[in-house]
Amino acid sequence: MAQERLAAIAGIHEYPLRVAPGVSSMQIKADSMKRALDDAGLDWGDVDGLYDALDGEGGGGLGLAAYLGIKPRLLDTTQVGGSSYEFHASHALRDIAAGRCNVAVTTYGSTAASMRVPIGTGGMGRGGASWQQNMEAPYGGTLISNYAMVAHRHMHEYGTTTEQLAQISVATRKHAMRNPEAVKAMTDLQFVKVDEITVEDVLESRIIADPLHLLECCMISDGGGAAVFVSPEIARDIKKKPVWIIGAGEATKYRENGGDITTSAGAQSAPAAYGQAGVTPDEIDIAMIYDSFSITVAVMLEDLGFCAKGEVGQFIEDGHLAFDQPGLTLNTDGGGLSSNHPGMRGLFLLLESVRQLRGESNSQVDGAKLAVAHGNGGLLGGTHTGGTVILAAD
Amino acid sequence: MANRPQPSFPEPDTQHFWDGCKEGELRYQTDSDGNVVFYPRGHSTVTGDRGLSWNVSSGLGTVYTYSVVRQNRMPGFQELGAYAVAYVDLDEGFRMMSTIVGVSDPTTDIHIGQRVKVEFEEQAGDDAYPIPVFRPV
Repeated sequence: MAQERLAAIAGIHEYPLRVAPGVSSMQIKADSMKRALDDAGLDWGDVDGLYDALDGEGGGGLGLAAYLGIKPRLLDTTQVGGSSYEFHASHALRDIAAGRCNVAVTTYGSTAASMRVPIGTGGMGRGGASWQQNMEAPYGGTLISNYAMVAHRHMHEYGTTTEQLAQISVATRKHAMRNPEAVKAMTDLQFVKVDEITVEDVLESRIIADPLHLLECCMISDGGGAAVFVSPEIARDIKKKPVWIIGAGEATKYRENGGDITTSAGAQSAPAAYGQAGVTPDEIDIAMIYDSFSITVAVMLEDLGFCAKGEVGQFIEDGHLAFDQPGLTLNTDGGGLSSNHPGMRGLFLLLESVRQLRGESNSQVDGAKLAVAHGNGGLLGGTHTGGTVILAAD
Repeated sequence: MANRPQPSFPEPDTQHFWDGCKEGELRYQTDSDGNVVFYPRGHSTVTGDRGLSWNVSSGLGTVYTYSVVRQNRMPGFQELGAYAVAYVDLDEGFRMMSTIVGVSDPTTDIHIGQRVKVEFEEQAGDDAYPIPVFRPV
C-alpha cells in the first residue's frame, strides 16, 4: 500500500460523563482540549489551528478561540451537523499537508440531556421562514420519522427486516456493556435495562416512528471531547503512536424529485476517501459509523462498500458487527445507541477509531490496522452530509 | 386538531405555491427545457436559469415512503394520535412531503405505492393557508 503519511491524530479525549449538570458546553470543550493535548504530550500554547462546529454557549467559532485564550493561525468553522468532525479531520489533512498549521484541535461539548433537548421528537420547522421550512413544517415530521421513511423504503425495495436491523442494536449494546463509561451512561440516563439485549428486546420496545423502535434510536446525552491533529514532524515525538489520516471524502445529498432515498451521501464520500487512501473496503478492520438509528448504519454499510446496495440484511445475517465475530467490526465503543449521543456524534467515531488503532479499545480487535469513520449529518431522508475518514496505524 | 404550522412570509420562493393552495391548486414549476423544479425556487436546479413557468398539478400521485409518528412533542401535534408523514411522488414528476389522511389506522392502512390525491385542508382563521394533504383513491 502506497499510503501517504501527511497528518495524524496525536491525542484524544472523550468527556466521561453523559449527565453533567452544572457544567457548560464550553467547559466541556476546554477541559477536553486540555486532556487531549495531555494525551499527546503537547501544550496549550502549541495549538495553531482550530476547527469548530459552532457548538457551545455563545456559538463557538470565533468565540471559542477567545474563551480558550489561543490565537490560532488557522480557523475553520465547518458546521454540517453530526458529521462536522469528519469534515474537520478531512480539512486538517488538507491544511496540515499544505503547511497551514502543525497542531490543530477540534472540540465538542453539549449538555443536551441536562437541558432536556428533544432532538429526535421535538418536531421540526421552528426555524422561521425559509423555502424548505415552508414546504415541510405543516406536516409534523420529526427527525426520527425522517430516518424512518428511509427504513420503510429500504424494507420495501430490498426486503430488509426489523429483525435484521435489530442486530445492529444488539451488537452495539454488547460493546457498550464492555465500556464502563457507556454502562454509567445508560445507568445515569435511567435505561430500563442496562444489560445486553436481544432482537426480541428491540422488537418489543415501543415504536417511536414506524418502523423504528425505541431500541433502534440513539440516546440523548451530555458529553463531548476533543481530537488533536498534527503534522508528521510533530507526530514523531508524541507520547502515543500516531494514527494517520490517510484519506477523506465529503458529500451532500437531499430530497430530489425521483431520487433514491435508500442511498446516502456516503455513496459519494466513501469512494473519494478510499481512493485517496489507496485502500478498499475489504481491507478495513473497524467501521465506526454514525448510529443515530439502526437504519443509518444499514444504509452506510452499503454505501461504504461493505456489501452491495440492498444486501445489508443478508450481510448482517452472515455474522459481522460484534468484535468477537469474524469480518467487519462495528462501533466498538457502544455507539450512539448505547454509549454517547449529545447531538453530534461524529467526533466519537474518530476517537474510538484511534483507540482501536492504538490497541486501547474496551472491545479491541487484535491487530486492527485500518478504520473508517463515517459521519452522517442532518436528515438521512432529507438534506444531509456524509463525511468519510480513513485512518491507519503504522 | 389545532392549526397545523403555517408557512411564514415574506418568503419569495414559496409565496406563489401557497397562494395556489388558497385557489385549490397544487402548483409546481418547470424550466424552459421542461425540467421539473420543486420545492419552488427562483432558479432552475438543472441550468441555474431564472424565469421558471408555473403549472398546476393533477394532484394525483403515489406514496414513495412514509412513517407514522407516534411521538411528537411539538405543540399542535403532541395531542394528536399517530399520524403519517410521507413523501408523495406526483404524476408530473415532483416529490413533496405531506401527510396521508382519511385512513382509519395509519399504522396499517398506508403503504408504499398507494395511489393518492391531493386535497386542501382548511385551517382556522380568515387569512390561514389551507394545507395540501393526500387521501387514498
